[in-house]
Amino acid sequence: MSDAPKSSGQTSGEGASRVRGTVSSQVMHDSAFKHASGQAVYVDDIPMPEDCLHVYIATSKHAHAKIGAVNFGVARESQGVVAVISGDDIPGTNDIGPVVSDEPLFALGAAGGVVECEGQALFAIAATSLGAARAAAGKVEFEYKDLPALLTIEDAMTAKSWLEPPYKMTRGDVNAAMKISPHKLEGRIYIGGQEHFYLEGQAALVLPGEDGDVTVYCSSQHPTEIQHKVAGVLGVSFNAVTVEVRRMGGGFGGKETNGNLPAAAAALIAKRTGRAAKICYDRDDDMVMTGKRHDFRIDYQVGFDDDGRIHSIIMDQAARCGWSHDLSLAICDRAMFHADNCYYLANVLINSYRCKTNTVSNTAFRGFGGPQGMVAIERVIDEIAFKLDKDPLEVRRVNFYAADKDTASERNLTPYHMKVEDCVIGEIVDELVVSSGYETRRTEIADWNAKQPLLKRGIALTPVKFGISFTKTYLNQAAALVHVYSDGSVHLNHGGTEMGQGLFIKVAQVVAEVFQIDIDRVKITPTNTGKAPNTSATAASSGTDLNGMAALDACQKIKNLLVDFASSEWGVARDKIEFRLGRVQIGGNEIAFDELIAKAYLARVSLSATGFYATPKIEWDRATGTGRPFFYFAYGAAVSEVVIDPLTGEHRLLRVDILHDVGNSLNPAIDLGQIEGGFAQGAGWLTSEELVWDEAGRLKTHAPSTYKIPTASDRAPDMNIAIWKHGTNREETIYRSKAVGEPPLMLGISVLMALSDAAASATGRTQYPALDAPATPERLLQVITGGWG
Amino acid sequence: MRGTISFYLNGELKVLSNVAPTQTLLRYLREDKKLCGTKEGCAEGDCGACTVNVSTLTADGAVKREAINACIRFMPSLDGVSITTIEGIALDSDAPHPVQRAMMDSDASQCGFCTPGFVMSLYTAYRNRTMLPLTDANDVLAGNLCRCTGYGPILKAAEKIGHVAKAADQSDDDRVELEQLRSLDHQVTVEIEQGDARAFLPATSDQLAEIYVAHSDATLISGATDVGLWVTKARRRLPKVIFLNRVRDLTLIKRNDQELIIGAGVTYSEAIDILKQTYPDLGELVRRIGAVQVRNAGTIGGNIANGSPIGDMSPALIALDAQLVLRHGPQRRTLPLEGFFLAYGRQDRKPGEFIEAVRVPLKTAADELKCYKLSKRFDQDISALCGCFNIKVLGDAVVSARIAFGGMAATPKRALSVEAALIGKRWDRPTVELAMQEFAKDFAPMSDMRASTDYRLRAAQNLLLKYYIETSVPLAQTRLVGHGNAFL
Repeated sequence: MSDAPKSSGQTSGEGASRVRGTVSSQVMHDSAFKHASGQAVYVDDIPMPEDCLHVYIATSKHAHAKIGAVNFGVARESQGVVAVISGDDIPGTNDIGPVVSDEPLFALGAAGGVVECEGQALFAIAATSLGAARAAAGKVEFEYKDLPALLTIEDAMTAKSWLEPPYKMTRGDVNAAMKISPHKLEGRIYIGGQEHFYLEGQAALVLPGEDGDVTVYCSSQHPTEIQHKVAGVLGVSFNAVTVEVRRMGGGFGGKETNGNLPAAAAALIAKRTGRAAKICYDRDDDMVMTGKRHDFRIDYQVGFDDDGRIHSIIMDQAARCGWSHDLSLAICDRAMFHADNCYYLANVLINSYRCKTNTVSNTAFRGFGGPQGMVAIERVIDEIAFKLDKDPLEVRRVNFYAADKDTASERNLTPYHMKVEDCVIGEIVDELVVSSGYETRRTEIADWNAKQPLLKRGIALTPVKFGISFTKTYLNQAAALVHVYSDGSVHLNHGGTEMGQGLFIKVAQVVAEVFQIDIDRVKITPTNTGKAPNTSATAASSGTDLNGMAALDACQKIKNLLVDFASSEWGVARDKIEFRLGRVQIGGNEIAFDELIAKAYLARVSLSATGFYATPKIEWDRATGTGRPFFYFAYGAAVSEVVIDPLTGEHRLLRVDILHDVGNSLNPAIDLGQIEGGFAQGAGWLTSEELVWDEAGRLKTHAPSTYKIPTASDRAPDMNIAIWKHGTNREETIYRSKAVGEPPLMLGISVLMALSDAAASATGRTQYPALDAPATPERLLQVITGGWG
Repeated sequence: MRGTISFYLNGELKVLSNVAPTQTLLRYLREDKKLCGTKEGCAEGDCGACTVNVSTLTADGAVKREAINACIRFMPSLDGVSITTIEGIALDSDAPHPVQRAMMDSDASQCGFCTPGFVMSLYTAYRNRTMLPLTDANDVLAGNLCRCTGYGPILKAAEKIGHVAKAADQSDDDRVELEQLRSLDHQVTVEIEQGDARAFLPATSDQLAEIYVAHSDATLISGATDVGLWVTKARRRLPKVIFLNRVRDLTLIKRNDQELIIGAGVTYSEAIDILKQTYPDLGELVRRIGAVQVRNAGTIGGNIANGSPIGDMSPALIALDAQLVLRHGPQRRTLPLEGFFLAYGRQDRKPGEFIEAVRVPLKTAADELKCYKLSKRFDQDISALCGCFNIKVLGDAVVSARIAFGGMAATPKRALSVEAALIGKRWDRPTVELAMQEFAKDFAPMSDMRASTDYRLRAAQNLLLKYYIETSVPLAQTRLVGHGNAFL
């Protein structure tokens, strides 16, 4: 924290009305100046040891093929080449699969092998320069013998190519309820995948150490898994591998498992050659080699009444998982957990098909399947409203789960039999309808559309309810390590990783709060498996909930010892000792925090502690599809207004109003950043970000020239974002805050629904514009035109 | 003849002799100078993480400060300039530069990887005292991608910076920069050799003509916004190159009553103002070519010469009946631009011949030319198709029509059947609807990652209808962005 400019934020020191950077204060990101001055160090910026090797991973150019004998001879002799390693050269296990062991690190050995997707790693070459390694890779001789490839969801569904048998969640009697529903409709939506497009690509630098140990510096959300996978390929125990992550240049889920490959490959090289080894994927390699958000095809049948209330619904979710498991099963589960969004589904059946295809293995991406599940139910509501000629908002409201206050209602049971006890979506939507002027604007837009000969505007309000906790219950644990040095400065470490989301500053705020010291006294340190062991990925929005609590636990242990010490030293009752404003009140005495620490040290008091946290209350029985997988839910809602050109399908976002629940915010500046950033990423996913593969299964959009994430001008010129004032967490989370990483992404669904509204206006509301995602100009023109041909 | 290149880097003079002709500025900064604040995000000039400021001396002796992408800028082309990287701004957390201060106070960084690039784009605007109301800030930042923030906080910082820049006294910085640039040579031809690779940097078009005749196997490089990718993406080796950056007499724009003459080395940024004044829609089209960093480097001549079927300048210039001036040694010839494109990847340019200028006749009225660029994203995207319509209506009748498209064929191409279906006809909806049917005769577009055959054909037809609505329904709102849009 010493790098943070002194002039920012609240004043510090003795006599201040409060200490700087405690909980709920608007303190800036701890690396703000380092970011803005280019001094923040990412893996590729770490000064390399002099003889460091550059590693290039050769990848498959075919989607599915058998490869016969491989000749590495010429490549080994190629200029600058120091090592060529393949599946034959792995002392441990040739596997980097995060959950299931179905992902070989290298597909090839000298005898050949089988490749199951374009971009799959074949072998690695280490050389004195990246250019030399890359050039040598082209000299390895082998031939592809193509095998039939399953590329699409359709291909896989026809072939029943699934990672596991279809899985379902159900409640009530869908068939009986469907039969007696006054209205029915059915449909299908395709929801495209999404490239993470973290600005910093996957990267790892591995240093060999004594006893064959390795130290890995990498850009990963999951240092512990990197440790395990590196140990696995090296054939050593976990304690021989230390992994450190200072920061990532963006993660978004894309660095939860995809860092295993470069770290494992570099570690093998380092161990084999005794030299440091570095891998940094370039953009094209990164986009081809790494998994993305799963694309989904969702079929729905729904029965509803005149008010639009859903009586029965069947949804078939088919997800393209790619060639290996990665995290797909849990992702598909989460899509099911969010198939209801904010709506009570009286009779419900959700079928999930986890399609195994010859494409890159899709992976975690902010929302982890939840967004896809949510898009489908929002589409259903939109279509019901169209059929009944109602404002979709009206249909949304009649279907909301019972409010938390409405304890008598039985409309609070999810498809997975968990009671929703904290539903505040009704209140949030009521407030947002007023603050956004929704009703008036809807009328104005209709008038404007009637007068304009070409352009049409559209508006939509969509809600979000997102379940917080890893649905694999055991993952909901965290560890922290806090030292107070004898000068009163604090060293903070925990298992969470910093990818830009502001986790480090939030946890540091917790420490500042407990000790009542300036945050500048708290040193934020890189995540390191040697300090906080057996950690979970920084994922599922859980970073602050878990690590904040673990740090709190550690701080409280130290504080307890300090209170014990002060109590005996000054002969004062424990309850007369209070930490405030950088000082400690001990009965009638008051001393500076630093002074107490110095005295405690001399009195041989332990000033270091580990902290631990395990989320309470949660349990989940996957076999029966029942339980309480989530500790609580986060809520929010957005209103988006768009304008479209029905002759070209071009569209633009004009205004956005967001009201989002972060509980009791730990840091409003950081939380607002997550909300806006999440929204933009969600809106991009559903509009301009299109992944295109050719007929041979090769990705055609593997660089920003062809894959279009939002730019500055895609932001609505009128953007109003607010944190919900009444937000708190009924559960005992860290200072009653709520997770904020993923939920706001799904606010972007309002843009897709607003486009649907505008498209309906463009066609005179004669036919429902069943708009697939991403809603590119092409898809929009297609629905407006009523198809091509 | 000089065998070295000279430039200033963060205020320090650098003289290099042993430099590879296609070494990028980014590699030089990160690997040779260990200046790692400048990041690689894409190596193709599309994300802006490598943005640096390059200042040059203009033909009239002023300083031009521009943001450019270091990832696709080749080292020899930096002879005679002054480069400022993120490290050249401020490194002391107790004394941040106003641009850094504004970014921090606006919570404008999250993961921070793109941040140095944003700071450099805004720093350039700051040094140029550019005010940044929202639409201008969007343009200044269109070439910088951020995946974390959603841009709001960065735009907030941009607005602050505009005001601070106006008030700040930057005269010392200006003076030093001008002196440094003046101290460098801008007259002598430079020739660099490394191994068997050679690079020439002529300073006049006469020198260029002479060198190119002698070395007609050389690759001509101007802004390198396309050739850069041959190296960073296709990994081609270019053993012999001629850089056009220093050829000042190719950077002139002349205008008389009959025509606008644009030197082939004029960048989009240099051309945009006069194009906007002359043909507002052409100005808007240029605004949507690449983003600031690309427009600061890319040239009108380069966009034509590479013959891309999806370059945006050619359809517009063909619709305006522009002529190309080609030069070989001392000889010049002029041909209609549409005749220059022979087939995919093949143009009517002889070995040793280069484009000297584009002559744009001014016979078209300002509002007769309408240009429509369709892409997945408005800013910094390549056209799925780009339609340029130049239709003259007198009374009720169409007297002339020149319609040209990019993205619809293997070359930029006119819609001759559509034109024929319009000329001499009454300018009304039935005529337009009949003419729309003719597109299928003129074009059989391909499907690719940008759009399908169906979309391209349907959208092209609809653009004619859109042109009709724009010229026949007085108060219709028809534009979503840029020139003429009603939505800020």
